[in-house]
Amino acid sequence: MESNKINTPIDPKQIKGWGIDADPKNDPTYPMRQPRMNITQDPDYKHRPESLQPVDTEVLRSVERPNVSAVFGTPEPPKGLSGLIRRAAFHFSENEYAHWLPLLLADRVDVVEGVLDDLVHGKLPNIYAEKGYPVEWKHNRTSLILKLTTVAAVATGALVLLSSNGKKSKKRKGYRSAYYDDQA
Amino acid sequence: MLAMEYRGPKRVRAVQKPMPEIKHPQDAIVKVLRTCICGSDLHLYNGNVPDTRVGSTFGHEFIGEVVEIGSEVTKVKVGDRVIVPFNIACGECHFCRQGMFGNCHESNTEATAVGAIFGYSHTAGGFNGGQAEYARVPYANVGPTIIPAGMDLDDAVLLTDVVPTGYQAAEMAGIQPGDTVLVFGAGPIGIMAARCAWLFGAGRVMIVDQEDYRLEFARNYSYCEAYNFKEIGDPVLFFKKATDWLGADVVIDAVGAEAAGNTMQTITGRKLLLQAGSATALHWAINSVKKGGVVSVVGVYGPTDNLVPIGNVLNKGLTIRANQASVKRLLPRLIEHIQNGVLNPKALITHRIPLEEVADGYRMFSAKLDNCIKTVMIPPTANHQ
Ligand SMILES: NC(=O)c1ccc[n+]([C@@H]2O[C@H](COP(=O)([O-])OP(=O)(O)OC[C@H]3O[C@@H](n4cnc5c(N)ncnc54)[C@H](O)[C@@H]3O)[C@@H](O)[C@H]2O)c1
Ligand SMILES: [Zn+2]
Ligand SMILES: [Zn+2]
Repeated sequence: MESNKINTPIDPKQIKGWGIDADPKNDPTYPMRQPRMNITQDPDYKHRPESLQPVDTEVLRSVERPNVSAVFGTPEPPKGLSGLIRRAAFHFSENEYAHWLPLLLADRVDVVEGVLDDLVHGKLPNIYAEKGYPVEWKHNRTSLILKLTTVAAVATGALVLLSSNGKKSKKRKGYRSAYYDDQA
Repeated sequence: MLAMEYRGPKRVRAVQKPMPEIKHPQDAIVKVLRTCICGSDLHLYNGNVPDTRVGSTFGHEFIGEVVEIGSEVTKVKVGDRVIVPFNIACGECHFCRQGMFGNCHESNTEATAVGAIFGYSHTAGGFNGGQAEYARVPYANVGPTIIPAGMDLDDAVLLTDVVPTGYQAAEMAGIQPGDTVLVFGAGPIGIMAARCAWLFGAGRVMIVDQEDYRLEFARNYSYCEAYNFKEIGDPVLFFKKATDWLGADVVIDAVGAEAAGNTMQTITGRKLLLQAGSATALHWAINSVKKGGVVSVVGVYGPTDNLVPIGNVLNKGLTIRANQASVKRLLPRLIEHIQNGVLNPKALITHRIPLEEVADGYRMFSAKLDNCIKTVMIPPTANHQ
């Protein structure tokens, strides 16, 4: 049928397939048409797959379940400082911020550990390429330049601030906070 | 083998990794033929999903050829080409037996609230994904579905997520013939949801986004009205007026946690991570639906909290339905729709890139460069298939 170039409401019956799933009899699906099951209706509700994946790696288990699921992912078991934080987070249930917020923190620590790991393996990560900037350069140069200039400006600003603070504290032979300096 | 690898927020690369192994007798190893980047991957890419570990391989949308099977696998054999649903489901637990394949209880140890999803952080089970040359596919008797003869591989790969999710969004909305349907988000999911709304007999379908090229695409592909929220002022007021001051009968949230459009939500949700992403679209959905109406949520949030006007859900007597799509449950019907020419998913694919260019692929999809709607990646081993 004709494409709808402007926002004029159209006659739906022209559209291929209109209404073919409107009849519940055509609908193969749950949960729309079938009621859910409670444990009385499903006495076998504890049923698990017969074979269980051997636990040969560290799997962090939600305290809201009694066991390790019959299958689980094995890559990237917890390690390093991020691993310690992750393990600690799993002492708390999914109901607690104390579970999720440390996990987000661990993710950030993991990023730093990842860069160190690259360096230890003699690999300098090509962050420009990893961020996909080449394709942004091709299709959206202005925004990329703006982004990189902002980062550079913030970084330079921070460096200048840090080094000037450093000089001042040296002169005074001891640590003073920036606030204290301003008051002096 | 070559695989995508996450290094940190907005940093990914293609690297050599060891081949996946059979870990459970119902596992299969699949050689990936096509794999896509999804809006859901952006939550990971942006570093917003807790327990996304450096070194993980993403990718929950992939199809492939079975190259090895575990001792208990009987439903597929080596050489079969299969659609791999994005959810990992045992098919036997209390939830799978109710058709809730997106909520299996035997595939994710790390979080009980979340089913297992390929390549979707340890919060979703810690499985490596299909943005790689090969992938481990657990429960190969349950999820993988043989690609029907004659089906285009590009259609097949969109059956792993986009088509079922868009369809389920419309299905959960409980659309009655003649309903006015409003869809937030004109990404692949929203576009497909708008298209599927007609199958349930919608009388009017409207879609909202801020990207004109996507709106233009949706207008043609989904035969719907399309509106840019940057041009209509307060979207809730706009759609009230557009519906004789009543609101839409059903509203679909196909945006999720990366939503734009409200500074407070963006800062607290996406920048400071004080909430689980920005809930702007869900907020708008709740406020623009008619009293007694349904809000169907497929946009992904969580697992922590979001700011939404829950009081209006109460005051307006709304029903909220939400879930990860139950891909396996919907596949038979959706394969039929594709074979009968009712749905044409592959038209959504705007970009095809080699897996080696994964970093550019993510940036392109995330920053919506070059009018990108859906990107499919092709691993080197699958080049000519
Ligand atoms: N439930 C499931 O099973 C399931 C499966 C796949 C994807 N998803 C989720 O669906 C959502 C959409 O996925 P996609 O692949 O289409 O992603 P996408 O990023 O391509 O699309 C999202 C669209 O929403 C638009 N948008 C942003 N803020 C908006 C707002 N306030 N109002 C209206 N539109 C807005 C963006 O411009 C973009 O075009 C994501 O949250 C994804 O995680 C859920
Ligand atoms: Zn997806
Ligand atoms: Zn199950």
